Amino acid sequence: MPATLAVETTDIVKVFPKGNVRALDGVSIEVKEGAVFGLLGPNGSGKTTLVRILSTILSADSGRAMVLGNDVSKHPDRIRRLIGLAGQYATVDENLTGLENLKMIGRLCRMSRDEARTRAIELLELFGLSDAGNRALKTYSGGMRRRLDLSAALVAKPPLLFLDEPTTGLDPQSRQDLWHVIEDLVDGGTTILLTTQYLEEADRLCESLVVLDHGRIIASGTPSDLKQTLGETVVAITFEDEAGVAKALPLLRDLSDHELFIDSDNVELTVDHGPSVTAEALRRLDGAQVAVAGIVLREPSLDDVFLSLTGKRTDTDGDDDLEPAGKRRGR
Amino acid sequence: MTAIALPGEAVRPTRGGSSLGWTFSNIGTITWRNLMAITRVPEALFFSTLQPIMFVLLFRYVFAGAIGSIYGVPYVDYLMPGIFVQTVCFGAVSTAIGLADDLQKGLIERFRALPMSRTAVLAGRTTADLVRNVFVIIIMTVVGLLVGFRPSGGPANYLVACVVMLLFGFALSWGFAYIGLAAPNTETAQVMAFPILFPFTFASSAFVNTASMPGWLQAFANHQPVTAVANAVRVLMLGGTFSDLYTVWPAIAWIAGLLIVLAPLSVRKFRNAL
Repeated sequence: MPATLAVETTDIVKVFPKGNVRALDGVSIEVKEGAVFGLLGPNGSGKTTLVRILSTILSADSGRAMVLGNDVSKHPDRIRRLIGLAGQYATVDENLTGLENLKMIGRLCRMSRDEARTRAIELLELFGLSDAGNRALKTYSGGMRRRLDLSAALVAKPPLLFLDEPTTGLDPQSRQDLWHVIEDLVDGGTTILLTTQYLEEADRLCESLVVLDHGRIIASGTPSDLKQTLGETVVAITFEDEAGVAKALPLLRDLSDHELFIDSDNVELTVDHGPSVTAEALRRLDGAQVAVAGIVLREPSLDDVFLSLTGKRTDTDGDDDLEPAGKRRGR
Repeated sequence: MTAIALPGEAVRPTRGGSSLGWTFSNIGTITWRNLMAITRVPEALFFSTLQPIMFVLLFRYVFAGAIGSIYGVPYVDYLMPGIFVQTVCFGAVSTAIGLADDLQKGLIERFRALPMSRTAVLAGRTTADLVRNVFVIIIMTVVGLLVGFRPSGGPANYLVACVVMLLFGFALSWGFAYIGLAAPNTETAQVMAFPILFPFTFASSAFVNTASMPGWLQAFANHQPVTAVANAVRVLMLGGTFSDLYTVWPAIAWIAGLLIVLAPLSVRKFRNAL
């Protein structure tokens, strides 16, 4: 039902000539109107590149992208009137106050002075920034900046919002606050496409998602689909030495349907029911007199998703969205 | 942070009015934003004003004694138009730095996703730098008068001279905008800009008579825009001997030529950048 799709891409390819990097290698996604869609992936997987193509900042080399019924290559001007973009790097003007930033965006979105001002004040209030509205940005905390950045994306009340790693680098409280904001926006009918490195965030917010790796989609579906392929809990057992690991492996192997992750003196099992598996594992290890140095139960991370999907950990040396080096924001 | 009632009222109010009207509105907004930035960093404003004042004082008191007079006018009178032109040239570097900064911080990214004029980001920057130059020229005029500068061309011509310099600075800003967009960061923008500026400002008639230079250098110095503009400003501010020697037309031709070439070049660079 194409009429209800906010975003539809077909085989998007983007190659950055510098270093000949295929940032996107045939990506097709469908984002339903009114839903939160997640692009999950590590640094360098192509998430940001896709968002930049959809928000008309960058053009694709090939493939088709439709945003709210408009082809990005033919009518970028129409799309710009319908979208809001908030980034991982708070792109607000350092030299202006919060209020001035929002007024400026309003004016650039063709609002009258009064409209822009009214909307700016309204947004500052919604995001709990009223008191800080007339303060210089350098007095803002990281969380406040991110909220201002998000409110800047909302100035023109766009029906479609792109959020590029909205909570990366935020403390847990600020992250919770931002999640509430995003949920409120969706309740209000906004469609949101967000990128994230956090499985927990995708699970909490997204109705459906794709997992990107090196510019390709390696999994797609709902968060629970992903968890089913993955298991609910990771049981990480640390041994005193590698000999312990060697003795433990035959005892533990049949406890998980998934591949075990082994890292020197550490073994991780991804399982559906953590506590019972933990108890069984300890019973067996104790029976075989294998000493355990530590045991931790945790939720699967993006890393675990990658391990399960690709058999390897995420590349940690990835240059964030594979931009040509040096250009753009300093980091 | 409670419920955020968002779209509902449908899409952004798309206003009427010509797109040209909106382009000017956008340029105004970006200009305002850039001027606010200058006022928010008073230290930067102070030191960028201090620099031309230092130049006036140093050239006036260090070289005037040795040089004495040029074409029969006291060196301070010969010098001031040159310092003015040099200052607007150096001022254009801030266009490059400002744009490189916006690019680096991701602001240009945000602008590009807004339904605003593509040209306004650049035009708003060059216009703000034009306004700043007005301020700088006023201060330098005062300092010049204090150290003995006596423009004898009359107030009307003096104003025309200022307009010529401002337009020259504006044209250069469009060129330096290109450097700002091409540079990976502000520091590089700055080190890229000055080596381009130095030969033009110093191998010119701005500070000395080009006739004193070796022949090969004269060939360059006599046929480049800074000399043309410095001569035009002397004709207007000082009149007399200079009216017989030079006209303002080469300067006008250079300014028009630079604008016609540089502005579209930078706009194209902006569209293709990123």
